[in-house]
Amino acid sequence: MLTILFDGIAYGMLLFILAVGLSVTMGLMNFINLAHGAFAMLGGYVCVVLMQQYGVPFLLCLPISFLACALVGAVFERTLYRPMYAKPHLDQVLFTIGLAFMAVAVVDYFMGSQQQIMQLPDWLRGRTEWLEDTPWHLGMGHYRLFIIAVCAVLTVVLQFVLSSTRFGSQLRASVDDPRVAAGLGIRVNWVFAVTFAVGSGLAGLGGALGAEVLGLDPTFPFKFMVYFLIVVAVGGTSSLTGPLLAALLLGVADVAGKYFVPKLGAFIVYTLMIALLIWRPQGLFTRQGGK
Amino acid sequence: MDARTTLLQARGWKKWEWAFWALAFAAPALLPSHALILNEMAIVALFAVSLDLILGYSGIVSLGHAAFLGLGAYSAALFAKHLHPDPLLGLLVGMAVATVAGWVCSFSIMRGSDLTRLMVTLGTALLLLELANKLDDLTGGADGLQGVILGPVLGRFEFDLMGQTAAWYSITVLFVLFVLVRRLVHSPLGATLMAVRDNPLRAKAIGIHVNARLCLIYTLAAGVAGAAGALLSQTTGFASLDVFAMDRSADVMLMLVMGGVGWLYGGVVGAVLFKLMYDVIANITPQYWTFWIGLFLVVLMRVGRERLVRPWLWLGTRRKGQA
Repeated sequence: MLTILFDGIAYGMLLFILAVGLSVTMGLMNFINLAHGAFAMLGGYVCVVLMQQYGVPFLLCLPISFLACALVGAVFERTLYRPMYAKPHLDQVLFTIGLAFMAVAVVDYFMGSQQQIMQLPDWLRGRTEWLEDTPWHLGMGHYRLFIIAVCAVLTVVLQFVLSSTRFGSQLRASVDDPRVAAGLGIRVNWVFAVTFAVGSGLAGLGGALGAEVLGLDPTFPFKFMVYFLIVVAVGGTSSLTGPLLAALLLGVADVAGKYFVPKLGAFIVYTLMIALLIWRPQGLFTRQGGK
Repeated sequence: MDARTTLLQARGWKKWEWAFWALAFAAPALLPSHALILNEMAIVALFAVSLDLILGYSGIVSLGHAAFLGLGAYSAALFAKHLHPDPLLGLLVGMAVATVAGWVCSFSIMRGSDLTRLMVTLGTALLLLELANKLDDLTGGADGLQGVILGPVLGRFEFDLMGQTAAWYSITVLFVLFVLVRRLVHSPLGATLMAVRDNPLRAKAIGIHVNARLCLIYTLAAGVAGAAGALLSQTTGFASLDVFAMDRSADVMLMLVMGGVGWLYGGVVGAVLFKLMYDVIANITPQYWTFWIGLFLVVLMRVGRERLVRPWLWLGTRRKGQA
């Protein structure tokens, strides 16, 4: 029982880290970025290639993935994304789908279409069992424990940056009303570029962390795009709490659904999402006073 | 010129339209070896026209229009397999099922932003995909629904291996539905739809029932997509899970954008262009053709899709840039 909850939480935390960048960019510039999964895929591949071909230790790979994706994200934001902000949503959707298509084909070309296997260091393998032979049996894979720990730390840091730093207030101001924020002297473009880079970096980090759990192959951006979008659409784009809770809900519902009623598979998740969106079209958690 | 004449003029058939359809009907006879691809073009054209109804004429962004294509395809195939082999009956059944589904789903797209609609439509298509995958004793699951054998169209024209009959059948259905849809968008009802698309708030203020309009057009578009799906499974004798896939919804959106949104011929032209492009690129690099499609999309969106249909806009903006 508890094992499922535990796995679900690990999965949800991972989804949160993957999707949080998307949530912020969507809330900030009202920009629908379907290519977000491509950054996560990039992070995953950077990590796998570094570990397998250059023997870089796993713990060092994670920050490198983050930096690589943040850099690529910043470059893309300045060159490709910026002119798209003013375009209608349809154009944005098609533009970013195009980017995702290209990313899939490029990765397929260079890395092959097979699933990449991640060699975890020894100290992350294995499993701790608690309360065996009771209904509250809890089996914790060490790697999942590690994921939860990393993601929890990141969440706390993000929350701190967002709520207690100068940059955080600038960001929140820009999300609520970019025009007034710009009028107050906040460089909204710059705030957005940094946020976009950090969001892409987080996606890359999530991709690197999740390569073992989610599986990594060239179709990654499309396979998980739906999940990221669910997190954002259900969680709303105005705070961190919304996407976090949505991601946890999604993770637990998905793992539990696949365990208890495997015949229905992803059915539960989609039904849940549609029901939630019909009930609360703006997402579960919306803040008053935003735009 | 008063408003009445302008509206009536837009409604009338132009000379090039007659020529276009004459060419379409002559095509399977002129190019008998390409009848199969002509058939496919007609089907995706119908699908694109149906998406144009909701995207171009009513402004609903949908990433899950394949849901109705798939429903039409599966219901027509099942009908032909288990109940009756007549293609036209099957077509009607496919349309009816998709129409009912469209009516039910239309209530899910009334509220919320573009993102919410995108997610709900996408979710619906994925839901149906899962359903078709799991109900494998009915639909054949991942292997697809095989062994769909159809009787002759109107009891006279047998489906042949070359696909000529199929092509004519699809083109005829496309034509009939196109004429109906064309009539619809040029009617006063169509004008109110465009009003809803351009400004829902104002449309409401002048007394248009916005939600009822959206519900109506979504239902009708679903029916047309169902017809496209029925044609697909009837002429290929096969229905597989990929009719529900997101690629389908994304492809059809791309076709529509290539041809021009909010213009009924846009769907048809886009479908023809897309299929030709696909054919050429897939011949060169079968595995990586998505790269070129992606690049095309990115470049197209970056320069602005208006300029593809109206190249003279290039000049206009440049002049504005200098001033």
